Amino acid sequence: MAAAQVVRSEWTKIRSVASTMWTLSLAVVVTIALGMLISALSRNEFDGMSTRDRLSFDPTFISFAGMGLGQLAMIVFGVLVVSNEYSTGMIRASLAAVPRRGTFLLSKLAVATALALAVSMATSFAAFFLGQAMLGEHKASIGDDGVLRAVLGGGLYMTLIALFSMGVAAMLRSPMLSLGILMPFFFLISNILGNVDATKKVGQFLPDQAGSKIMQVVTPLDDDTPYGPWGGLGIMVLWVIAAVVGGYVLLKRRDAQ
Amino acid sequence: MIEAVGLTKRYGDKTAVYNLSFQVRPGAVTGFLGPNGSGKSTTMRMILGLDNPSAGQVTIGGYPYRKLPNAPRQVGALLDAKAVHGGRSARSHLLSLAQLSGIPARRVDEVLGVVGLHEVAGRRSKGFSLGMGQRLGIAAALLGDPQVLLFDEPVNGLDPEGILWVRNLMKALAAEGRTVFVSSHLMSEMALTADHLIVIGRGQLLADMSVTDFISANSADFARVRTPDTEPQQREKLSAAITEAGGHVLPEQDGGLRVTGLPLPRISDIAHDADVRLWELSPHQASLEEAYMRMTQGAVDYRSTTDQKAGLQQPLPPGAQPPMPVPGQGQPGWYAPPPPQQGGQPFPAPQAVPVQAPAGPYGGAVPAPGAPAPNPYAQPAPQAPQAPPAPAPAAPPVPPTAPAADLTKPEDAR
Repeated sequence: MAAAQVVRSEWTKIRSVASTMWTLSLAVVVTIALGMLISALSRNEFDGMSTRDRLSFDPTFISFAGMGLGQLAMIVFGVLVVSNEYSTGMIRASLAAVPRRGTFLLSKLAVATALALAVSMATSFAAFFLGQAMLGEHKASIGDDGVLRAVLGGGLYMTLIALFSMGVAAMLRSPMLSLGILMPFFFLISNILGNVDATKKVGQFLPDQAGSKIMQVVTPLDDDTPYGPWGGLGIMVLWVIAAVVGGYVLLKRRDAQ
Repeated sequence: MIEAVGLTKRYGDKTAVYNLSFQVRPGAVTGFLGPNGSGKSTTMRMILGLDNPSAGQVTIGGYPYRKLPNAPRQVGALLDAKAVHGGRSARSHLLSLAQLSGIPARRVDEVLGVVGLHEVAGRRSKGFSLGMGQRLGIAAALLGDPQVLLFDEPVNGLDPEGILWVRNLMKALAAEGRTVFVSSHLMSEMALTADHLIVIGRGQLLADMSVTDFISANSADFARVRTPDTEPQQREKLSAAITEAGGHVLPEQDGGLRVTGLPLPRISDIAHDADVRLWELSPHQASLEEAYMRMTQGAVDYRSTTDQKAGLQQPLPPGAQPPMPVPGQGQPGWYAPPPPQQGGQPFPAPQAVPVQAPAGPYGGAVPAPGAPAPNPYAQPAPQAPQAPPAPAPAAPPVPPTAPAADLTKPEDAR
């Protein structure tokens, strides 16, 4: 009963601020538009590719190319949903009304994650179908082996990125600090670690690299990743659980500032 | 009923609240007074379970807040009027809070009407003035129709009409049998609103008494009597006569006498009978504000020092008098200064007084009653003994303010 009240309240909160609409629509538009653009470019380049590249050509993964940028908007959404409470001081009123802080945090994450999941799934399917339309004769079909898993996985991936950000924001409280850590982490550090041979082994286990494995249908030829698509998503889920549990423990222990 | 027992809160090595024990009873407005940074808001947050006490506990109706069943329907609080997402409308803000506590949505419109915000309910709270923000915060506190209400500085930023409204609202809520706990740093406001006072300074309890007791203990009427300065034996004579007649005499810093317990005509009669001439006989009342400042003056955390303006001013030509600051004004124990006169009291050795003198709330020292006090209008000593070495004409020789610098220790600043 109490949880239902908190969920209703969180739904009111999330839909009554403009940032929700802005960040989510930005995530949708960027992911789909960039995916379509890169799909169209890949179609033109296919004829000039080497046999090796043609063998590992993955039309599904290409249509998700916009997700690297679109996930940044998802991160902003996740961070703002949680840290808005702290930056405005609303957290004091909220926690005064819901003394059981676990219920409060979990309801907030549940509402925001449900919204993120709906948007991400729609985005993932739209990005896939529009991307394939751009690819023309090289396109994959949703019925092909592993494609439906990749498309559903794309939606899960974006949702988990948002949830991970919420957990981090619950730990750090400040929106600037959270974004200042998450943005470079996903945009720079993860890419650098993943592309330098020496650190590749470590980079593979970062949440975004492990999680994005699920969107691959055709594995690259020299792939030595020690986990499969679901294994990768599992690693990402572990990261998310760590962030959310960290946020929960800190909220429970700390003074509400 | 709010009950605190041995409540203590430390942030690192700073102690914000120390061993605070008090009760807030239903059916009355209890004022919670203290200077800025004295721990009022910290105490309020601990009552609401937002901060965990380092020691001791505070309960509402016998339960710690976080264990209180259906807490938001029993306790309403205004902690920080600006603690609102600026992009959210007033109605959405209240609706989210109402839904948190399972309060029906129509109650939101009711409280918006009560605080007079129904016309701007759909507007983003970003554009609200401080007063409108306070009203929104009060609306949030009233949402659950709670029996216990906490308000942290509710009149901040309100116009006189709003202050009157808050005052009447508090009284009405208390008259309905609710527990109303209001913090403020304005004694004058609390004297009008509260029935009971809890005064804290530096996180410790200074007073816990009814307003009536506070007034009678602290703001007795008194008469100021001054005999001719040239004849000190007349002063002794009058003191003795007044004491004999049942009055109470306190010497004042400028040689006057503060007399309590006797009406003015009676003092005049006594002086006449004793053949003492009077230079002054005037009625005074110590204000509550003054009593409160006297109580908290040792516990003020943020104290201003004299603006030395070092290096910012042209050095005065040799022999010119530096501008005299008006000493003592606004300090407790300071009253109308004696007129400038020939043959005034010689300026006493200034270091004798400031050493044991408590500091006034605005940075000046209050000479202890009876101590030989510097006559503010007498020729000042050419150089204040505790002032830093500086060219004599440029250094403002202000003995009364010199010790203030010593009292503003770094440990006070938080």
